[in-house]
Amino acid sequence: MLTSLLSISLGAILINNFIFSQFLGICPFLGCSNKMDTAAGMGLAVIFVMGLASALCWMINEWILMPLDLGFMQTVAYILVIASLVQFIEMFLKKSVPSLYSALGIYLPLITTNCAVLGVVLLNTQNSYNFIESVVYGITGGIGFLVAICLLASVREKIEFADYPKAFEGFAIALVTGGLLSLAFMGFSGMKIF
Amino acid sequence: MNTIIFAIVVLGLLGALFGAVLGLASKIFHVDQDPRLEQVRECLAGANCGGCGYPGCDGYAAAVVAGGPTNKCVVAGPDAAAKIGEIMGVSAEASEKMVAHVTCSGSNDVAQPRFNYSGPKTCQAAMLFGGRDSKDCRFACVGLGTCVEACQFGAMSVENGVAHVDREKCVACGACADVCPKKIIEMVPYKQKVIPTCSSQEKGGVVMKQCDVGCIGCMKCQRECPLKDGPAITVENNLAHIDYSRCIGCGKCATVCPRNIIKWQFGAPRPRPVVEEKKEA
Repeated sequence: MLTSLLSISLGAILINNFIFSQFLGICPFLGCSNKMDTAAGMGLAVIFVMGLASALCWMINEWILMPLDLGFMQTVAYILVIASLVQFIEMFLKKSVPSLYSALGIYLPLITTNCAVLGVVLLNTQNSYNFIESVVYGITGGIGFLVAICLLASVREKIEFADYPKAFEGFAIALVTGGLLSLAFMGFSGMKIF
Repeated sequence: MNTIIFAIVVLGLLGALFGAVLGLASKIFHVDQDPRLEQVRECLAGANCGGCGYPGCDGYAAAVVAGGPTNKCVVAGPDAAAKIGEIMGVSAEASEKMVAHVTCSGSNDVAQPRFNYSGPKTCQAAMLFGGRDSKDCRFACVGLGTCVEACQFGAMSVENGVAHVDREKCVACGACADVCPKKIIEMVPYKQKVIPTCSSQEKGGVVMKQCDVGCIGCMKCQRECPLKDGPAITVENNLAHIDYSRCIGCGKCATVCPRNIIKWQFGAPRPRPVVEEKKEA
């Protein structure tokens, strides 16, 4: 049990990193990686939402869709669940934990339609993970996202001061950087743990 | 056929359930907000420039509702301040329109260079070479445009090694003044007509060597100022300063300045000394 959880975690953070090897969640990866602060905020919000969405979607799938033989509606149902879940969390945080809301608040609506979040719940179903595995995969997938976006943000902050050609300004250099980071992470691919 | 109907019903029910939960949640988790907060927020410019000294427009709106000053949003201007005052039920003190001004005239052809610089193109990086950039004058504009990047409103530009402010585009948010490593950008009233445009506190002889146009602290302007209760333009630390609250904008100081650094009306020709007034004196 523990070893399978460990292999799921390492897989989600390094080997099958959502951004670097599965190419999910690229838009916030580029959009929110200008500064370390925003990158970290976005990453934390993604961990939060991915964990909760994994848990809730597992329940929906296992208790509603599967018994009723509606497995083919997973994608639609998950979108519905994730969108309402994020809305709910936003309201809940605003009322109950204002400090967390002011830290994550502006990122939450951005995650509503994030493909990485939808990706994690669909992968949970595909890999037929149980409840605990799903939640662990969701949270560690979020951690992988945090690692990726913070790496890119730290590089981009340095690039600001570099003397690169005018044509590479802005997203161009960010995409090149992201590609190189992705290449480095490809070194993990194919690794098997346990 | 059955499956389709089944799927529609189940998903419809799920949707209705989530809708109901969200609706309930919005009631349960409703946060009481001062309705004025939204109204004040709408009057603001929404640029989140931070020129008011609060963290973004939302932060400033919250401060206003909590009883803060209503005229801090220079971007939206005095009209917005009046509107906010109306919402808050207080009379707005009119905020004077300010603009940023780069107090350096040392363009590349008049300021003596100290060395050739070819490092990263930011002022901060250029300043790392012994705390001084490539111009000989310690107070000169570095001219690599860190302020240009800081300006959200496209009002800054670098011409021939000195930053310039587009006075029509400038909203006086102060972002350029904050990032300037030499702190030579100051906020001046928009209607101010004469502004000494040099920051050098070196003695006259040194300035002569370093720059063709720097203030040498000759005090001619101070003597020329016609105000009865002491001159509005004074020389401190070898540098001319104008007390903008007292200056009447007669422009006499600009006419006598031997270095031509007291800028008159921005581009307009310098006024001739008025003969009649001299007779009276």
